[in-house]
Amino acid sequence: MNAAEPLKCRPSDYKSEVKPIWCPGCGDYHVLMALTRAMAALGLPPERLAVVSGIGCSSRIPAYTNCYGFHGVHGRSLAVATGLKIARPDITVICASGDGDGYSIGGNHFLHACRRNVDLAYIVMDNHIYGMTKGQPSPTTEPDFDTALAPGGTGLRPFNPLVVALASGANFVARAYSGNPNETAELIVDAIKHPGFSFVEILSPCVTYRPDQRSWKDRVHPAPVTPTDDPARAARRLMTDDGFNLGVLYRGNRAPYKPPTAAAMLAPESLDEEFVV
Amino acid sequence: MSGANVPPVTSVAALYGIAHRIEADAAERYVMLADQMETHNNLELARMFRDLARAERLHADKIRDLAGSIGIGDGGGPIGPWKSDSPEAADLYAARYDMSPHDALRLALAAEERALAFYTDLAAAKVDRAVRDLAASFAVEEREHVALCHRLLERYPPASAVRPGDPDAPGDR
Ligand SMILES: Cc1ncc(C[n+]2csc(CCOP(=O)(O)OP(=O)(O)O)c2C)c(N)n1
Ligand code: SF4
Ligand SMILES: [Mg+2]
Repeated sequence: MNAAEPLKCRPSDYKSEVKPIWCPGCGDYHVLMALTRAMAALGLPPERLAVVSGIGCSSRIPAYTNCYGFHGVHGRSLAVATGLKIARPDITVICASGDGDGYSIGGNHFLHACRRNVDLAYIVMDNHIYGMTKGQPSPTTEPDFDTALAPGGTGLRPFNPLVVALASGANFVARAYSGNPNETAELIVDAIKHPGFSFVEILSPCVTYRPDQRSWKDRVHPAPVTPTDDPARAARRLMTDDGFNLGVLYRGNRAPYKPPTAAAMLAPESLDEEFVV
Repeated sequence: MSGANVPPVTSVAALYGIAHRIEADAAERYVMLADQMETHNNLELARMFRDLARAERLHADKIRDLAGSIGIGDGGGPIGPWKSDSPEAADLYAARYDMSPHDALRLALAAEERALAFYTDLAAAKVDRAVRDLAASFAVEEREHVALCHRLLERYPPASAVRPGDPDAPGDR
């Protein structure tokens, strides 16, 4: 077989023996299904793939694949994924978070990962809630979402992750819905293949703390526009987006970050360059 | 679910591939549900979903045999031909940790009805005669499965949640 030829793989080849402990009905089951289908479609052997996450229900996903995995520290998934990709550019790195992990405690890493444009795919399973810690509001929770933990709602304007990603320099911005696992798989494949930092926001319902999100299946719709590589155009679209447009919304052509080669890093004169004021 | 995302079926060979894929996806989904129920200690439902998975695998094998030398192809590759989801795959969002056998059968009924609609639509579509005839024969089978689900539902009437008063229900804070 030609070395560059993709392997003939089945999604089950990427599932580990560990059984998910998510609540029955959780959208993350579909995300796992989409992710393993995407991996099989890419045809890469599991040892050429790494799934890195933070903490949260969604962040349990690496354990359920049999690729290299790292279930990290809350909010730090992108820091680990970036380091891994820089150290091992030959490995395809997929970073996974929830909306709490990625947009609250990990929000700063999100901005700088977009800006750095390292070649990795970032998938965020957004359920507009902290599922694992029993339903506190997250940055994407609606202002009037009323719970015992935030009576009357937070009253705060939700964060728009796609706009933030675009403004911070992400090279690929897409939205998926976990209830469409095949479309989600296609978007993950697209994100992985696209050079640079690719961000896929996956609407993934938390049926336990957000049973209202079961209605998302009737609210999502394909984005009525073709993807653009013009950030200004993409920004206009995203600013007026209803939050349920699915598909690739921005496909940029910025060159990904290239780390210096090991030889260049070891050369003493390169150290001098680092200290130039 | 499958809705408007029906893939084009232009030949008998393609239809065998898709029909096999439909049953294989249905079986995979029931295995997922059985595992979920086992994890959440709803063992009666775990058994029921495993039985359903076994039945779907038998259907898949039957289609493979029927296809004979025509073969079943790759059924749309690892991702599958549907944009959203395979028609007969049970709706994972409808699962609950404390669901009853009645709820599970409702899930199965909805899945069989979607498969029936898929084949009925295809049998009436403007496609090759041989494709329409094969789709019509698959529709007959699916209609039997729908009827079977209805009969089973009579045996398992609606039950309230299997764990009333659960002191550690997942939604409690
Ligand atoms: C440093 C730190 N702070 C807080 C927590 C508690 N904590 C665990 S998961 C979580 C939120 C997870 O929310 P999200 O990322 O949206 O994941 P979900 O469970 O919704 O999938 C929090 C605050 C922690 N584990 N570590
Ligand atoms: S609490 Fe919500 S996010 Fe966590 S496993 Fe349950 S349904 Fe999924
Ligand atoms: Mg969350």
